[in-house]
Amino acid sequence: MSHKKILLNFERNGTSHTLDSYLKRGGYQTLAEKIPALSPTEVMEEVKKSGIRGRGGAGFPAGIKWSFLPKDSDKPVYLICNGDEGEPGTFKDRVIMEENPHMLIEGMILACYAINAKHAYIYIRGEYGFALERVRAAVKEAYDAGYLGKPLKGTNYVPEITVHKGAGAYVVGDETGLMNSIEGKKGQTRNKPPFPAIEGLYKCPTIINNVETLASVPWIIANGGEAYHKIGTEKSSGTKLLSVSGHVRKPGVYEVELGYSFMDFLNNEAGGIIGGRKLKAVIPGGSSTPVLLPEDIKDMTIDYESIAAAGSSLGSGAVIVIAEGTCMVKLLEVLTHFYHHESCGQCTPCREGTGWLHQVVKRIEEGKGKMEDLDLLTSITKHIAFHTVCPLGDAACGPVDSFVEKFREEFEEHIKQGGCPYGGKFVRFQEKV
Amino acid sequence: MDFTDAEKKEIAYLRTRYPDPRSLTLPLMWMIQKREGFVSNEAVDLIAAELEIPTIWVEEVRSWYSMFTEKKEGKFVLEVCNNISCAMLGSQDVIDHICEVLKIKVGETTPDGMFTLKTVECLGSCGTGPMMQVGDRYYELLDENKVEQILEDLRNGKEHEQKPQEWPEYK
Ligand SMILES: Cc1cc2nc3c(=O)[nH]c(=O)nc-3n(C[C@H](O)[C@H](O)[C@H](O)COP(=O)(O)O)c2cc1C
Ligand code: SF4
Ligand code: FES
Repeated sequence: MSHKKILLNFERNGTSHTLDSYLKRGGYQTLAEKIPALSPTEVMEEVKKSGIRGRGGAGFPAGIKWSFLPKDSDKPVYLICNGDEGEPGTFKDRVIMEENPHMLIEGMILACYAINAKHAYIYIRGEYGFALERVRAAVKEAYDAGYLGKPLKGTNYVPEITVHKGAGAYVVGDETGLMNSIEGKKGQTRNKPPFPAIEGLYKCPTIINNVETLASVPWIIANGGEAYHKIGTEKSSGTKLLSVSGHVRKPGVYEVELGYSFMDFLNNEAGGIIGGRKLKAVIPGGSSTPVLLPEDIKDMTIDYESIAAAGSSLGSGAVIVIAEGTCMVKLLEVLTHFYHHESCGQCTPCREGTGWLHQVVKRIEEGKGKMEDLDLLTSITKHIAFHTVCPLGDAACGPVDSFVEKFREEFEEHIKQGGCPYGGKFVRFQEKV
Repeated sequence: MDFTDAEKKEIAYLRTRYPDPRSLTLPLMWMIQKREGFVSNEAVDLIAAELEIPTIWVEEVRSWYSMFTEKKEGKFVLEVCNNISCAMLGSQDVIDHICEVLKIKVGETTPDGMFTLKTVECLGSCGTGPMMQVGDRYYELLDENKVEQILEDLRNGKEHEQKPQEWPEYK
């Protein structure tokens, strides 16, 4: 199946990031041609009609989020683009920032106009040196060319964008952590409510969207919300970037129309499993989403509803593929280590609980576990999930519960055998073509 | 310790980009770390004085974010991802090999001050794993031979140009 390309509509020839190249493929024309005739409310209406759901993980409809902004507030409004991209397995926003940054900027300008933002910030994770370089250069080009810092054609609205560099912390990817970080504080999360749309950055109404969400806006405004809604499925409209990694023959970032068969994606785009091995498991939406077995995904399609029905979540679209021959206990040890490391320490269930999860999984992997440990794990997750300030605590539990449920025998084998059947290591079976 | 004239100019510009000077904490810390390689107590005081905020506000930012360091480290800090996708493709073998070649353990610095080795969580390069970050640059699709060559190049001052991700194809 050939898929509509909205975000990856360029040739990867090393120049796609420049203003010149963006203009040649029709860039910034939406601003010039559509804006003079569209009011901010009309822009927002088109985004609502498109049905586009947030691409950062939570999947909340973007247009509806925007409409939560108070109508009668005299405080300035802020827009934040979330380029923190910290969910393990995810590397798709990086492609937009490195290779198509002007599409993101144009999308941000349109969003700013729709919500009447005083200023917009692009928060990019500190490790993304190259993305930072490219986005900064693109913002500068956009200022020099008058797309930023000058009134939009036909209006008196002036868009402003500042690039903000993060400094390493997964939890900052949460919208309230991100706002604290821009304010110059530790990136710990805030209690909700108040929601950011009411009281966000500098205690002002704030909209936060993912890079991919905002980069889709120019196409939506150029072609109309209805045209976007026709792509994909009724409840999951549009295209989605999938970053696929692990034991596939062709890892990478692919743009597919939502509703696409998962098995077709795995076998065609991703090239099937390395070395012709058998599929053991799939994590469909980034490390926080529950793991699925081959039988769970047989008839699954890539959209919010179908993946939820299979027992997991589309999340950030990070597909992690695991081949036969991989130790699931070892894999869970890696993941529990991650959540413990990234817990911001603000609430006890997450700070202590993620540490216990890692300790218990580690001792099972090392052959020092007891059968009771399996129930202990599920009892710990019961005490973490939904008892914390932010969803990081819940995110740590999804993998634990699903791994223990779906691969219980493998955990028991470690315990009975007093060690790892795979020798405590991952088998390296990739060989380049 | 003070900011250079060029830095002062940059600070004046940054002040126009945020409504609250406290927001400059991270940008100024990056400025210092880029120049010095780490953020000393003296630098913390300097930032606090510049922004007219309590020192503790700056200090807690330095200690909270994983990318800021208080102490001088090796000239090249090798940060190897050991998260899920990289791990499945052999990042531990790469780490073990670096340890063997440099004769250091994870967390240590070579006696000549050239290399520090760390393991880090996912850096958003999972399709091109195993991978590591050195300074602003990503090194992807690592194996034992490739990483040894990179260490050699770094030691000899050879620069590597950063390119967008190029995904491999496996058998
Ligand atoms: C611990 C944690 C980490 C997150 N990391 C990211 C991230 O790296 N990038 C992102 O866009 N959203 C991330 N999110 C989701 C954001 O909080 C937020 O929902 C999203 O940026 C909103 O944009 P969207 O509606 O366009 O998806 C994270 C959430 C949590 C709880
Ligand atoms: S759930 Fe974890 S990461 Fe989130 S606020 Fe609590 S301690 Fe911090
Ligand atoms: S798992 Fe190593 S870069 Fe993502």
